Amino acid sequence: MANEKAIISCRDLTKIYVMGDQEVRALDGVSLDIREGEFVAIMGPSGSGKSSLMNLIGALDRPTSGEMWINGSALSQMSRDDLADLRNETIGFVFQQFNLLARQDAFQNVRLPLRYARKDVGDIDARAKEVLELVGLGTRMDHRPMQLSGGQQQRVAIARALSNHPRILLADEPTGALDTKTTGEIMHLMQDLNKQGITVVVITHEPEVAHYASRQIHFRDGKIETDTANPATLEGKRAHGG
Amino acid sequence: MKFGVATSSAMEALFSNPMRSLLTMLGIIIGVGSVMIMMSIGEGARAQIEAQISSVGTNMLTFNPGGMQRGGRNQGGGSGRPFSETDVAAVADLPFVEAATGVLNGQVTAVSEDANWLTNIQGGSADFFKVNNWKVTEGREFTAQEAQSGSAVVVIGLTTAKNLFPNGSALGQRIRVNSIPVEIIGLLESKGAAGGGGMGQDRDDTMIAPLSMVRNRVTGGNRWVARHVSRIQFLVQDGYDVMQAQDEASQMMRERRRIEPGQADNFMIFNFADMIKQRQAATETMSTLLAFTAAVSLIVGGVGVMNIMLVSVTERTREIGLRMAVGARGGDILIQFLVEAVALCTLGGLIGMAIGWIGIFGYAQVAKAPMVVSPVIIATALGAAASVGLIFGFFPARRAAQLDPIQALRYD
Repeated sequence: MANEKAIISCRDLTKIYVMGDQEVRALDGVSLDIREGEFVAIMGPSGSGKSSLMNLIGALDRPTSGEMWINGSALSQMSRDDLADLRNETIGFVFQQFNLLARQDAFQNVRLPLRYARKDVGDIDARAKEVLELVGLGTRMDHRPMQLSGGQQQRVAIARALSNHPRILLADEPTGALDTKTTGEIMHLMQDLNKQGITVVVITHEPEVAHYASRQIHFRDGKIETDTANPATLEGKRAHGG
Repeated sequence: MKFGVATSSAMEALFSNPMRSLLTMLGIIIGVGSVMIMMSIGEGARAQIEAQISSVGTNMLTFNPGGMQRGGRNQGGGSGRPFSETDVAAVADLPFVEAATGVLNGQVTAVSEDANWLTNIQGGSADFFKVNNWKVTEGREFTAQEAQSGSAVVVIGLTTAKNLFPNGSALGQRIRVNSIPVEIIGLLESKGAAGGGGMGQDRDDTMIAPLSMVRNRVTGGNRWVARHVSRIQFLVQDGYDVMQAQDEASQMMRERRRIEPGQADNFMIFNFADMIKQRQAATETMSTLLAFTAAVSLIVGGVGVMNIMLVSVTERTREIGLRMAVGARGGDILIQFLVEAVALCTLGGLIGMAIGWIGIFGYAQVAKAPMVVSPVIIATALGAAASVGLIFGFFPARRAAQLDPIQALRYD
């Protein structure tokens, strides 16, 4: 059963992809609980199943078998629309390739989740401005993605993920396309957000990135290999701003 | 459904590739243009026909002499033996006839002090005005007595009056018609152009004179028939069935012309309603053709829109995935693409309307037909365009809405 205290709870998750006549077991019986307020790094070589897990946690995909709960609700019982609302209200995504809409400026990109919100989200423009300032892009709101550096684009993506007050921030290789200095800045931002109470789950294959997390989970062949606390959490130097 | 975000996304997509949008709209533009022109011609023709009905009335019947066989060739309508004034009197005596007149007409040159003008002259009895629903605005009609005696008086139409007397009133003036001095005793109310479809004829370019005056001074007599008339027009009394009247008058004329039973008529009788029906049928044929054109181009345009929308959905698969990842429901995506298709078609519809308008204006100029662009026409044209967008946009939009979020996001 679900762990009552966990915001994310997985039991015996399997995900099988059929490629031609071959079956690929991307996840092979994964059970996992993440409590509210944790900062978790999921690591492992490519093909180990970490991205598959992320897609399941993010309600973007459904498992082949097993059950998972977000915030106490079983995802298998939810309709497509319910899942869309869950992604809108509870989860914020950050992708490796940023996935910003190229024709819209930073401000419009950040407003997107708020515009799809079905609950009253108050003043959309004010909130978009607020989160852009939070990630240090208050002066670049009218820039389009092409006019921004990689680090800035990822900040826009984080601002977008944060705009509708999510309780969980999911980041799939958020620094994979960034240089070391920018990586430090982005991870710091995530640490700050985590300190404000947001549960953060980061997928990475870089140990330096994983050091920012308080818990590290290693995947191999679709299974959890190790699940350890990280007492020596890296506190990078403050480097906010564009 | 979130219309705000759907609409802004749709507009953005539309204007980000203007050339493609325009080409996609082409079918819709042509279709809507055709719808406009079709409906306008139809309504214009209807309005014109209604005006004609009210200007002449549908209870008027006309006898024309039939074609005459000469050397095995038919000489065409009107070439046969004409009627005489005794025929007119017989028609007038029929119980259901309200008024009757013989008609003789010809071309004359009228000369005033200032100008000369080639026009046509119609000779008739005093009932001519009533039968043809001509009203005299200034002066008077000629009397039965004047008609009888063939007085040298005329009542002239507006166009003729303007051309003969550009600087002053024509009433009471003396003019010469084919060298015969006549007095203008009345001016006719304007009736405007007759007929549509490019055969416009100015009905005000005419003059009306006593029948015998026209026969004696203009057309001359007929070798075989004394006191001949080339046509007989008569009004059927209100409440009497026009078709019935036509049959009875026809039967009487057969007897007068001594046509044996079983032999074909050597005259024709027709009513104005038939003529109007014929013209209406011609207009409807044209409208049907245009409607067909409109339907075909709207369908072709719709298929074009569907095609480009499918391309657009495929191109923007990742964008759709991202929108879904941040919380867009399938319905939001559906609306976004539907709005895009409808906007594309409506925009095409607006352009088509502008072009249709120009076409209608041009047609009105050339055909001298009234130009009718009613709100109904505009609503129909735009409605047709929007419906095409809705119908042909639905399949691509539904395909977008049913995409799997993770597969859409991973698509490249």
